[in-house]
Amino acid sequence: MQKDVYSICFMCTVRCPIKVTVEDGTVKWIEGNPHQLKGALCAKGSAGTALLRDNERLRYPMIREGARGEGKWKRVSWDEALNYTAEKLSEVIDKNGPESVVFGERQNLNTHISKTFMRAIGSPNHYTHDALCKGSVNTAFRSLTGYTDAQVNMDFANAKHVVFYGRNFFESLQLKPIQALMGAKEKGAKITYIDIRSTVTASHADRFWMIRPGTDLALNYALIHVILKENLYDEEFVNKWFSGLKEYRAFVESHTPEWAEEETGIPADEIVAFAREISKDKPRVIFNYGYRGANHDNEICFRRSLIILNGLMGSVEAKGGLYFKKGPKDAGYGAFKPLTEQKGLPKVDIQRFDGVGASKLPVCDPAHGVGSMLPFAILEEDPYPIKAAISNRWDPLLSIPDYNLNKRAFDKLDLIVTIDINFSETAWYSDVILPESIYLERADSLMMANSLKPTIFMRRQCIPPRFDTKPQWEIIKSLAERMGIGKWFPYEGIEDIWNYQLQDMGIKIEDFEAKGFVTLSDKDILWDRKNDLKLKTVSGKFELISNLLENNGFSSCPKYESVEAPPEGSFRLTVGRCAVHTHVSTQNNPYLNELVPENVLWINREEAEKFGISDGQYVEVSSDQGFGKIKAFVTDFIHPEAVFMLHGFGRQVPATTRCYNKGASDTALQKNVTDMVGGSPGLHDTFVRVRPLTE
Amino acid sequence: MSEYYLFHDSAKCIACLSCEVHCKENKRLPVGPRLCRIQTVGPQMVNQIPKMDFIFMPCYHCERPWCVAACPTGAMQKRAKDGIVFTDDELCVGCKACMRACPWGAPQWNDETGKVVKCDYCMDRVDDGLMPACVTKCVTHCLHFGKPSLISDVRRERHAKAMAAVGWEVTLSQPVPGPKRKKPTTKKQAKAKKKQKEA
Repeated sequence: MQKDVYSICFMCTVRCPIKVTVEDGTVKWIEGNPHQLKGALCAKGSAGTALLRDNERLRYPMIREGARGEGKWKRVSWDEALNYTAEKLSEVIDKNGPESVVFGERQNLNTHISKTFMRAIGSPNHYTHDALCKGSVNTAFRSLTGYTDAQVNMDFANAKHVVFYGRNFFESLQLKPIQALMGAKEKGAKITYIDIRSTVTASHADRFWMIRPGTDLALNYALIHVILKENLYDEEFVNKWFSGLKEYRAFVESHTPEWAEEETGIPADEIVAFAREISKDKPRVIFNYGYRGANHDNEICFRRSLIILNGLMGSVEAKGGLYFKKGPKDAGYGAFKPLTEQKGLPKVDIQRFDGVGASKLPVCDPAHGVGSMLPFAILEEDPYPIKAAISNRWDPLLSIPDYNLNKRAFDKLDLIVTIDINFSETAWYSDVILPESIYLERADSLMMANSLKPTIFMRRQCIPPRFDTKPQWEIIKSLAERMGIGKWFPYEGIEDIWNYQLQDMGIKIEDFEAKGFVTLSDKDILWDRKNDLKLKTVSGKFELISNLLENNGFSSCPKYESVEAPPEGSFRLTVGRCAVHTHVSTQNNPYLNELVPENVLWINREEAEKFGISDGQYVEVSSDQGFGKIKAFVTDFIHPEAVFMLHGFGRQVPATTRCYNKGASDTALQKNVTDMVGGSPGLHDTFVRVRPLTE
Repeated sequence: MSEYYLFHDSAKCIACLSCEVHCKENKRLPVGPRLCRIQTVGPQMVNQIPKMDFIFMPCYHCERPWCVAACPTGAMQKRAKDGIVFTDDELCVGCKACMRACPWGAPQWNDETGKVVKCDYCMDRVDDGLMPACVTKCVTHCLHFGKPSLISDVRRERHAKAMAAVGWEVTLSQPVPGPKRKKPTTKKQAKAKKKQKEA
């Protein structure tokens, strides 16, 4: 028998709505939900079935037998694995306190359950991958508007001019925004693309600037300079909502286009021409505020400059610009409830491991924490010893810069627990593995997608698990029960969780049957941008001089500092992604591995010739942190100061045979540097040397 | 040529390779054969933009297919009712004559079966009134399946939209020429230039 099940993809964190055709207990076909995506699906989405069939994924619970990372495992029952984990966790807590346990995860639909678990054991140390993607974007938004970046989105469909900084939009697949921008482009919208190399996005652009690596901020200061000097901004919006404009005007005074030309390599007259051109389309203008572009330890300044450019264009709460996401309340519904809001669930007052909310990182978002601090917290026992790490669908060893440093830190832990679907680097280095069912084999908590039309999506189970695996919410509950905190997980099955989340909304599970989602508003909800913007800063204004920053001892306009040029014979390492892989999680997928089996090192042709490197030749790339072997890709289309590689390769887990030892690992080369104001890692703050190999 | 045409609107293609996986997944193919391919050509600088061309290569379902003529067993066939060129697995002996004969490399080798496999426009889906897998799930919907006239229809419609939106001089395929760009300079070069100017 054949049936269609509406669900949500999880091949990447975008979580596109899908329609899954199931026949005889197996998945026959997956397509994008026709009501949302007209059937469209990306390569990763279609390769979901290859993941389902893959026998190299985690298939049953395991406890380590040999040394860490040796690959000797004992297959155990769920009971044994859970008992072992609960016992060891309790031992760590008894000896070192609950704060010695850290729980890290890729933000997911069940994050409210993981957070409930941590609060129930009494530890403040839950963190997500989020800060490693965009910690500084989050902080920048809060400093200017009082909202996090996750509460804001971009209306590509109605935009007239979109500007990307290193954001390789068309190869970082988010299906709905891509369809929206393609539609706008057909109606004449323009794209300006600024990057240190050429990409598919550059190919689709109307203007391309190859910028000197690390100088995106200088370009923005010059743009703001021109826009203010020539009165190219949306006066009505700016006069009504901006505070601190006078001080900011004085700050950018010296940042002329001529000054920026020297920094960026972009001709001054082009900067001026661009500012004039784009201002004609205001407010239907988007300066894409993240991710990527220059990732340095002053990223907060870059992200703020991007958001300020949007503000100057008046493209806030405007059609074709940025908008604040609206939730159930805005649509006249009751609240969507997470389990963390249970009455009596303990609040934890202990300082966090990463120093967020304390003097170390006073303005970063404690809802996500700052994961890049983890290795230092463990190694230096600052602010206290960390003894156990749980990682859920998250590979800290390969995602936090400096793989070797991460390993040294993990060596100090008494307990490493991994919940995952694949043999990640962290899973391979763990003491116990609790294997999760893949998204096609499980249901999850509902997804509340706040938007112009707030919508709730449902991930339904399509087929029974192929192997001895469980969903995360069941694993956490089973662990909690064994640790005497089971009462905070008041559910038996997924429907209990759904009913809990929906209890105040007047929406029933059956309502999801027809399309896989429930929309809370027929019309776009936009606030009155002239009179009622509902900004959440202290002053209620768009704060160029930020109370959040200044009150915590940070300047809103710190002096511009030029990034160092690489020393002779070195290059700035830059990283990014391609259309067919998700971070570190798909490299071993048979179909996706076939398309992009390894990464290559982009290097400028003239530089390559200096070092005697030819296209396709193996080179050794090394930094103070580590080294790797990788094929050179010699091209005119990368800035001579930079080299570039895809993230997520150079894998060291022999059990993942398809991607084992293919390409080089950017994580092994990168230095762990954090923007101590914003919270993002300085992913581009590493210099590497490149040497041809002769074999 | 079959009475169908699969039109790839390269101006909207983002080379995400999704079509390749949609196809393989639908036919449950092992690693190896790729029945359609996106070939990227470039980039090269056109009006200061590093332009790439994306060429979609499925089987072209020729009017007088080289592969059918070359096949010694009759496995490679042209479907009488609509001209779709396909292989009958039962008859294929794996001699690869079709692979040699095809000027475009359309027939692919399947290691698992020891036979040839090729694009058949998902004729089982077409017979059910559906589109080929690659077309159905294309991310930007830049793949179109139907009568050959759809090429001109798609292009005319887009041109009309672009004209209506921004005036006669702008279409997607002809980006507005921007001001002349100099080569990117490194900081060192910029400083040297400045010194020169000052001197």
